[in-house]
Amino acid sequence: MTTMMATSAAGKKTSRFHFDLRSWLFWLIMAVWALPVVWLISMSLRDNADILAKFEVIPSEISFTGYIKFFEDPSWIGSYMNSVTYTILNMVLSLIVALPAAYAFSRYTFSGDKHLFFWLLTNRMAPAAVFLLPFFQLYQSLDLFDTALGVALAHMLFNVPLAVWILEGFMSGVPKQLDEIAEIDGYKFPRFFLTIFIPMIRSGIGVTAFFLFMFSWVELLIARTITATAAKPIAAQMTRTISASGIDWSLLSAAGVMTILPGVLVIWFVRNYIAKGFALGRV
Amino acid sequence: MDSKKKNNKAWFLVLPVVFVVAFTAIIPLMAVANYSLQDIQGASNRLFVGLDFFKRVATDPNIQDAFVRNLNLSIQILFIQIPLGIFLARLMPRSGWKASAALVVMAIPLIIPWNVVGTTWRIFTRGDIGLGGVLVNQFFDYNLSEDTTDAWVTILVMDTWHWTPLVTLLVYAGLRSIPQAYYQAAAIDGASPMAVFRFVELPKLKRVLMIALLLRFMDSFMMYTEPFVVTGGGPGSSTQTLSILLTTIAIGQFDLGVAGAFSLMYFLFIQIFSFIFFTVLTLDERPGATKVTPKDKKAAKQEKQPNKVSSKLKKVQK
Repeated sequence: MTTMMATSAAGKKTSRFHFDLRSWLFWLIMAVWALPVVWLISMSLRDNADILAKFEVIPSEISFTGYIKFFEDPSWIGSYMNSVTYTILNMVLSLIVALPAAYAFSRYTFSGDKHLFFWLLTNRMAPAAVFLLPFFQLYQSLDLFDTALGVALAHMLFNVPLAVWILEGFMSGVPKQLDEIAEIDGYKFPRFFLTIFIPMIRSGIGVTAFFLFMFSWVELLIARTITATAAKPIAAQMTRTISASGIDWSLLSAAGVMTILPGVLVIWFVRNYIAKGFALGRV
Repeated sequence: MDSKKKNNKAWFLVLPVVFVVAFTAIIPLMAVANYSLQDIQGASNRLFVGLDFFKRVATDPNIQDAFVRNLNLSIQILFIQIPLGIFLARLMPRSGWKASAALVVMAIPLIIPWNVVGTTWRIFTRGDIGLGGVLVNQFFDYNLSEDTTDAWVTILVMDTWHWTPLVTLLVYAGLRSIPQAYYQAAAIDGASPMAVFRFVELPKLKRVLMIALLLRFMDSFMMYTEPFVVTGGGPGSSTQTLSILLTTIAIGQFDLGVAGAFSLMYFLFIQIFSFIFFTVLTLDERPGATKVTPKDKKAAKQEKQPNKVSSKLKKVQK
């Protein structure tokens, strides 16, 4: 950026040269950055016997056995769907409780609001390992153990504070006059909130949903501890891949690629908002 | 800030969140506190032991080692990832499809499930089937399941790969909020690239960098899944983080008292640290805070200068 600026005064040719150099360096680093994932994809497209037999940078034989096993075995595709279920459930529940709270924080002062806000944030900073044992016992006594709802609730521990934090930032960007005008026009609060305010901040809700999805999707420790078989997440299934014949690298890689896909899709949809979400300093 | 209405009815809007967090945080924490103060042998056989478990945790050499090791890891991570993140953010294209593409590539490591990050690196670093492992083995002997240094470096590189994008995206967002006029002004003044970074960009990035620093410290201090999958905490206990050790004690050995006391101390350490950080972070946003603005600095300088001149005059007179 800066070298570009300095040389642009000197002449166009040199500035173009500098720009290229920086750009090339950046994309070179990006290529190196992508290597582990590219390697995972290439492993997932090979047969397990082929992987173990020879080392190849570019696969000579393409085989989809890993993916076929993944989609045919109910314990794999089933646990994958479990993860999708509790992640979406968590996203919806977190948004429902966080929206009114974020509105309250962005519009009003009330007794103890600062303390409450900080206390909420501290839960984002709590090590998951601390909560394992009590979660295990609490969810068992409430019949929430090994259910998608249980995992969704447990993940609200860190996702609700995060949602309140991000949404509050977006809501503060909407002028307060809007609320006042709506009130003068005779809108009751619930109607105003649902039909005017929420559509106004939909990009903020999109960014929030992205982060909620991301943190629930990537979490393993809690999800693994409070599930057994019925709601087992794909992440836990992947830690149990060692069979009598050793590790099935092909299947493991295919499962890995499958878990990256939803995130890439979501990221592509919100790519224009991500920088904005980060700009609020709210993650 | 000041235009917000005081309204205690707003509590009704916050209540659902309070209920949810009470269920997911307060009740479990009370249970943890309960474990830490009692020696529970069975449902009817409990003994109040006071702070015994806390003393045991504080003097346990394994836990002390893990604490130092984890702190060491966090510091190394910060020293690598913060500068690298800034460097990459400054290289990133600012507009057009290239910027979108760069954002997506950068963000991918962040949305991979943590155990898949571990799996990816376990495959990538294997000496027989992994590209990274095979490449490194061409130059020197590399085996992360036997050599403690190799394992440590692998964890560092993996975490850098995984989390530097977060720093980059934060800094990138901060950089984009700097008006172009600032750069033009700097160019007119003939400022060197270093000077532009130091006096134009860095002050604007202060807040974002604080957040990056805080998040990276927290998350690396709570790291569990990635090293667990790649090294399992080994060889020996060379890459065992605090969370791995705590999980072993809590779920593996079911040692409730020690795990409870350990949890509370771990939790408190992070809370205190984040409280200090949060306070520092919001210091100049508070209405009563004394803040040195550039104007004040200039004024102070101008006040000083006459003195300098007069002292010089005095010297000349002598």
